[in-house]
Amino acid sequence: MSEHKRKEWPLWEVFVRGQHGLSHRHVGSLHAPDAEMAINNARDVYTRRSEGVSLWVVPADAITATSPGDKEPLFEPANDKVYRHPTFYDIPDEIGHM
Amino acid sequence: MGVETIRKPADTRVAVKPAFDLALRMGDNALILAQRNAAWCGHAPALEEDIALANVALDLIGQAKLWLGYAGELEGEGRSADDLAFLRDGREFRNVLLVETPNGDFGQTTMRQWLYDSWHHFMLEGLKASSDERIVEIAEKSAKEVAYHLERSTDLVIRLGDGTDESHKRMQDALDYLWPFARELDVADDADRAIAAAGIGPDLASVAEKALAYRSEALSQATLTAPTDAVPRKGGKAGVHSEAFGFMLAEMQVLQRTHPGVKW
Amino acid sequence: MYAQKVESTGARPKSLDEMDPQERAFQERIDANIKIEPKEWMPEGYRKTLIRQISQHAHSEIVGQLPEGNWITRAPTLDRKAILLAKVQDEAGHGLYLYCAAETLGVTRDQLTEQLLSGKAKYSSIFNYPTLTWADIGAIGWLVDGAAIMNQVPLQRCSYGPYSRAMIRVCKEESFHQRQGYDIMMVLSKGSEEQRAMAQDALNRWWWPSLMMFGPSDAESVHSAQSMAWGIKQDSNDDLRQKFVDQTVPQAEYLGLKVPDDDIVWNEAKNDGKGGYDFGEVNWDEFFDVLAGNGPCNAERLGARVKAWEDGAWFRDGLMAHADKQAARKIAA
Repeated sequence: MSEHKRKEWPLWEVFVRGQHGLSHRHVGSLHAPDAEMAINNARDVYTRRSEGVSLWVVPADAITATSPGDKEPLFEPANDKVYRHPTFYDIPDEIGHM
Repeated sequence: MGVETIRKPADTRVAVKPAFDLALRMGDNALILAQRNAAWCGHAPALEEDIALANVALDLIGQAKLWLGYAGELEGEGRSADDLAFLRDGREFRNVLLVETPNGDFGQTTMRQWLYDSWHHFMLEGLKASSDERIVEIAEKSAKEVAYHLERSTDLVIRLGDGTDESHKRMQDALDYLWPFARELDVADDADRAIAAAGIGPDLASVAEKALAYRSEALSQATLTAPTDAVPRKGGKAGVHSEAFGFMLAEMQVLQRTHPGVKW
Repeated sequence: MYAQKVESTGARPKSLDEMDPQERAFQERIDANIKIEPKEWMPEGYRKTLIRQISQHAHSEIVGQLPEGNWITRAPTLDRKAILLAKVQDEAGHGLYLYCAAETLGVTRDQLTEQLLSGKAKYSSIFNYPTLTWADIGAIGWLVDGAAIMNQVPLQRCSYGPYSRAMIRVCKEESFHQRQGYDIMMVLSKGSEEQRAMAQDALNRWWWPSLMMFGPSDAESVHSAQSMAWGIKQDSNDDLRQKFVDQTVPQAEYLGLKVPDDDIVWNEAKNDGKGGYDFGEVNWDEFFDVLAGNGPCNAERLGARVKAWEDGAWFRDGLMAHADKQAARKIAA
């Protein structure tokens, strides 16, 4: 196609807040020359069916992720801490919702 | 148009004709611009742009339905939005020449969209103060969509104007070509004056002033220069269109014309 | 389907005993229905096969915009115009999601695009047939999207996380595509004599190419066996084709249209005694011919994509140049 190597639009990860009060959730990615255009493109691509009230875009290469090999040391200790989960505690029914 | 013959109570008869004219003009502009933009679907320079331009076209088709539907009601002869879109001849269309200009390259399409958006936005602001409630309703719904159209097209014009030498040149060429057509939006004819006099729509000179100020600001950021001595290219409002328009209508209307009176 | 002939490693799947510990752990995760995510270890064959499959799927969405896109400017009512435009726009969106899924495997969208435009990559044979009348828009929605959905629904469960998630989104959005097509067919088949004839003609022309979408029989294919073991293909081509015929024949009857196959007859014994339709043999010579580039519209379809890409280069470059300038200005300020 092109004689010289053209610069490709960078990849962005898109996060949508579906409703007020909810967290932003990753919905997919897209290409755009910069952040402002990524926001516009995200609106057009990922909220065509009025799916959101707020958008985040993040350059895909700015995300630092756990590497798959980390899985055990990073996540397994938490499995022991069952006391962090509400169902760990037996609350008598008479107390009502807690 | 059959509007002149409508029998209405004396106090509303005066405003019916200007409201009809206004609805028809707004509807035809939206329809024809949507038709042009829709032809890009599957052919745009990037997937993200393909999707974005289709969104604009979809908004405009929706607006055309509302405007033309209302025009049909005002006319009172039982013509639907579809009848008005698909069964009128070219001489009966009231869109400005700008929106029917050929797509050209994507820069020309972008520039056409921006010139229309930057008028459309202020026009709709004016129509929100219309004496006709239905027009206010349609304007309010459309204005939300058009605010985004304008934001997006302005952004593109600035970026492409201040991009590479080639993108700058293409945008300047598009501006030189389209600017005279955009001026038809600003020049009031008898119908426009009657619309303003009846309180149906704003005075076009005030819309033009706001549009011009907005455009000047964006063009300076875009490092583009508007022609100063452009003679308006007009005719569309009076139904005198370009040669290209006939081909466009032939394509758009082919099924309704070939198979009259059936359901689709 | 949208990815009709995806070559895998060409070898039969290994048994767990033949695998080294890393590969065995990978296979066991797939067998346990645990999703594989980007950057996790995966066999090179899995990665390459997925790139081929996902990109073929993406290319098919993009090229698939063209035959229907033909009729956007001629749609007969404002509603039909909006529906068709929204549908073809969705296809661009689905291509976009799928390219992004492929990109998580270490290729870029521009690289995949170049493969399509150079003719190296394949896309579904179905899009090399012409849309000649408005009824073709109905037939494509009904038959082509109907066939596509049949394949895409199980792909929501595929083993690769990004592909699976893209398919979930695609399936959700596509739910209206087949229905709008059938709706067009219902209106036409209840319409004037010309409209009925138009509907029947469209069914005649699109029926066999739709059956070809599932690809040739893969009962003996090592490629399919490997893809199934990897959880990136769920059903055999023949099973899906049978399911499609069983679903579609009654829909055609409801429309009062005749499926162009005299061999169609109900067979009680089929589908493990649940019954199903026998049907005639697909013309596979035609299929391979179209896939090889000799279909009625191959040159036009690829030509349109090449033109869009080349004509749009200045636009993409202009926007990138502006973004670079702005970034430089920010640093300078």
